[in-house]
Amino acid sequence: MTSFPLLSAVLLAPICAAVILCFVSPKAAQSVRVIAASAMTVALALTLYAFFNYDMTAGGMQFTESIPWIKDLGVHYALGVDGISLPMLLLTDLIGLAAVYSSWNITNRPKEFYILLMILIAGVTGTFIATDLFIFLLCYEVVVIPIYIMVIIWGSTKRVSKEYAGMKLTIYLLMGSAFMLVGVVALYLTVGDVVGFRTFDMQALAVAGQNGLLSEEFQIFAFLLLLLGFGSLLSMFPFHSWSPDGYAGAPTAVSMIHAGVLKKIGGYGLIRLGLLVLPLGARFWAPVIAALAIINVMYAAYIALAQKDLKYVIGYSSVSHMGYVLLGFACLNVVSVSGAVANMVAHGVMSALFFSMIGFVYEKTHMRSVTELRGLAHQMPRVATGFMLAGMASLGLPGLIGFIPEFTIFVGSFSVYPAFAILAISGIIFTALYTLRVLAKVLFGPRDSKFDRYKDARGVEMMPLVILGIALVGFGIFPQVLMGMVGSGTEQLMPLLDRIAEVPGFIGGIR
Amino acid sequence: MNFEAISTEIFILVLSLFAIVMDLVLPKNESRKSIGGVLVFALTGWVLYMFSMYTPEAAVADGSANTRYFMDMMYIVDNYSLFFKQLFMVATIFTLLFSMDYMQTVLRYKGEFYALLMTALLGMCVLASANDFLTAFIGLELMTISFYILVGARISSVNSSEAAVKYLVVGSVSTAIMLYGISLIYGSTGTVQFYEMFRNQHLFTTAGLAGATMIMIGFFFKLSVIPFHMWAPDVYQGAPTPITAMLAMGSKAAGIAAFMRVIYVAFPLIGFYWLPILAVLSAVCMIGGNIMAIRQNDVKRMLAYSSIAQAGYMMVGMVSADYPGMKAVMFYGMLYVFANVGAFTALSVVEQQRGGSDYKSLAGLAKSAPVLAAVMTISLLSMAGIPPTAGFAGKLYLFTSVVNQGYLWLAFVGFIMSMISVYYYLQVAKAMYLTEGDGKELHISGAVRAAAVLSVIATILFGVWPEKLAELTNLAAYTFLQ
Repeated sequence: MTSFPLLSAVLLAPICAAVILCFVSPKAAQSVRVIAASAMTVALALTLYAFFNYDMTAGGMQFTESIPWIKDLGVHYALGVDGISLPMLLLTDLIGLAAVYSSWNITNRPKEFYILLMILIAGVTGTFIATDLFIFLLCYEVVVIPIYIMVIIWGSTKRVSKEYAGMKLTIYLLMGSAFMLVGVVALYLTVGDVVGFRTFDMQALAVAGQNGLLSEEFQIFAFLLLLLGFGSLLSMFPFHSWSPDGYAGAPTAVSMIHAGVLKKIGGYGLIRLGLLVLPLGARFWAPVIAALAIINVMYAAYIALAQKDLKYVIGYSSVSHMGYVLLGFACLNVVSVSGAVANMVAHGVMSALFFSMIGFVYEKTHMRSVTELRGLAHQMPRVATGFMLAGMASLGLPGLIGFIPEFTIFVGSFSVYPAFAILAISGIIFTALYTLRVLAKVLFGPRDSKFDRYKDARGVEMMPLVILGIALVGFGIFPQVLMGMVGSGTEQLMPLLDRIAEVPGFIGGIR
Repeated sequence: MNFEAISTEIFILVLSLFAIVMDLVLPKNESRKSIGGVLVFALTGWVLYMFSMYTPEAAVADGSANTRYFMDMMYIVDNYSLFFKQLFMVATIFTLLFSMDYMQTVLRYKGEFYALLMTALLGMCVLASANDFLTAFIGLELMTISFYILVGARISSVNSSEAAVKYLVVGSVSTAIMLYGISLIYGSTGTVQFYEMFRNQHLFTTAGLAGATMIMIGFFFKLSVIPFHMWAPDVYQGAPTPITAMLAMGSKAAGIAAFMRVIYVAFPLIGFYWLPILAVLSAVCMIGGNIMAIRQNDVKRMLAYSSIAQAGYMMVGMVSADYPGMKAVMFYGMLYVFANVGAFTALSVVEQQRGGSDYKSLAGLAKSAPVLAAVMTISLLSMAGIPPTAGFAGKLYLFTSVVNQGYLWLAFVGFIMSMISVYYYLQVAKAMYLTEGDGKELHISGAVRAAAVLSVIATILFGVWPEKLAELTNLAAYTFLQ
């Protein structure tokens, strides 16, 4: 008997919901919402089952499925999860469910909105569970177009118009992916030439790359192309400017998914493709990535200090946090890479919560400016709790999800780039500054009577806070649940990382 | 005389005559849609029947299959030509489906439309099977002359007449150039037959090379390759929308079918002359077509420039000059048909009921005709090559084949330009989804809906699971090069 195709079910849940929604009457808004929420609940439940049934001692790809798909290209419909992708999958479904609830009050064309949202979530899910590069690419690019349409219809125009924001986001990501596609095609053909048959199987590509079948020059070239693609998705400096504008223009659910999980595809891709398939290329470019990472951390945090729009603050903050992820990746040791993966999860949860709370406040008050909002904790204590949780996690308060991952990155990076590590740690001060400044102004201070008529979140509106809050506190108090899982994935990298440690990088043999 | 080999052509000719006779028999004020319905059913049946005509790969490999010729090698029926004939017929079937309403309201002479569409289809089929320059020329002219008339079929419209005259003038010039090329080639080699020309050393003389150049230029006109593209935007804009669709998918694919046979069968030994030119021209097409498309206000004009870019993508596959490249071109040609059907179905409904095809006419289409808006968006994304549409798989085939031959820079140009193309395709989506129109529901007939939905299903199916189409194109391309 074949086992239940768990991952296919996780992938198909949102797709099926999208197809069903096509046939629901546009006026039946409540049915639309309930169908979307049910699909995401199913996906989340299955993912949780996978998460707690993953055999960490065995490690490697589990829950695998593989069906021959396109023979002449060597494509298999292959799914599987390991310690790196499973936390990302969990993150996707957590945020996906929260995003469905955050959009509960959308009245303008809810049917189309939820169809696009389901396609978006399906695309992200597929990217994390695909073990075949073709399926990965398919899902990777599926997400871009729904986002554009969602931004221009349901987005908001503040500092930049939503059309501009949507187009900027789309063009940046597509241009990045154009370079990545060239890199992937070159990789696919080169590996096909060396091993004698064409394959998109990531495992086969990784074996070829790690066993020295790919020349160092090729790896350096191909890694650069991938870095352009994944780096712009991860909002790596200098390809970051789409991120704050894009988030500001996007509707709440899109900001949540984009900042929460979509960005993380960049980091995930760098590890899965960049590091595993092109280890020498990764080693060569690591110092450059580390330097850019520090610019990300410092520069974005500095800009965030000066922002007035809440969404811009969080937008730049997410750029800054991605700097930590990049630094963790660039240090190329097991500890720092584990930190990078865990930090992607941590940042995903907290930024999604932040955007969800901002979205809620904006929906009620139509204000997002730090100067206009004040003393909200009096009228909206529950929302204030959400803000505080996200904010404290953002500045790395122990006991919340953000602390352990960041700490791990610093531990891992200190031995490799001590100067960069010190700079990055000092970035926390900036983070604390802008986070506390915003929270203090928006939440605390004297009661402002003009906000009295707005009600606090209640009922379904509480769901994003509950879902993400549980993850935020749960993973904070029991970090081992997350770190153990991530560790079981990154442990597999140990021999590879040890091997490439001696190879000279971009600036010669200095590490 | 192996008449069985040309059964497809005889069948189409009969259909054309049938359309003329029906037009005469039917009372003057009765709708001519019934003719279209009969043609759709007949052609669909024949397309399905044609699957049985393919020579299996094994039979070609061991040489047991005898290729079907007609009239002493003048006319060849191989898997390659069968695939292209099926492609033309699928394009015609879809065009008939979505144009019946349009033609009934817009055209004055309705019956002739069906007859001429069939002769154009006949010309395309002859082109795909032609094995010497004269047959190819006859097919080309049969197709093009039918199109001259069809482009000007909207006789009350100034644009349509202008387009027809322009098409006629430019088309005649290109025909003249090609014919001169053919006569030069015949003069220097003493043959017009492709196989015999292949090893003929006189092809390397100045006159022979000049002739080859002129023949290729003639084809470049037909494919609207930059710098021979000036006719395309005006003609596309002026022609009745279904005819524009046929020009974009049928006429272009027919040109490609004949062009590939010419360059791979007749001219492969002078490949080192034309390969670099082809590579540069394909890059020029991809860049120029996509950049110029950005500035257009009229969606049909935009699609004209986009079709120039698409010709560029397909030429990328030709540059690789091997069987994966050919296969990629055929694969792309087929999915381009479905993408075009989707886009032009929506456009023809809009043009018929709102009287224009610019971005303003598309306003609010997402509300007044949500199915058409979704179909249009997905079809345009397929042209841009965004997954999960078929365009992505097609571009992957094209660019892997050409990178494999060492042209990495072409893949760079191709991928970057296709991402740029997303910009103007999304402008269409923006017009449909963002702006508010008059909110009036558009009338969509069952045939139009069927064409739109079927084309989108094909686009997504071939994008997510291209296996079957890939097998068919593999068979066609593999046996061609045996």
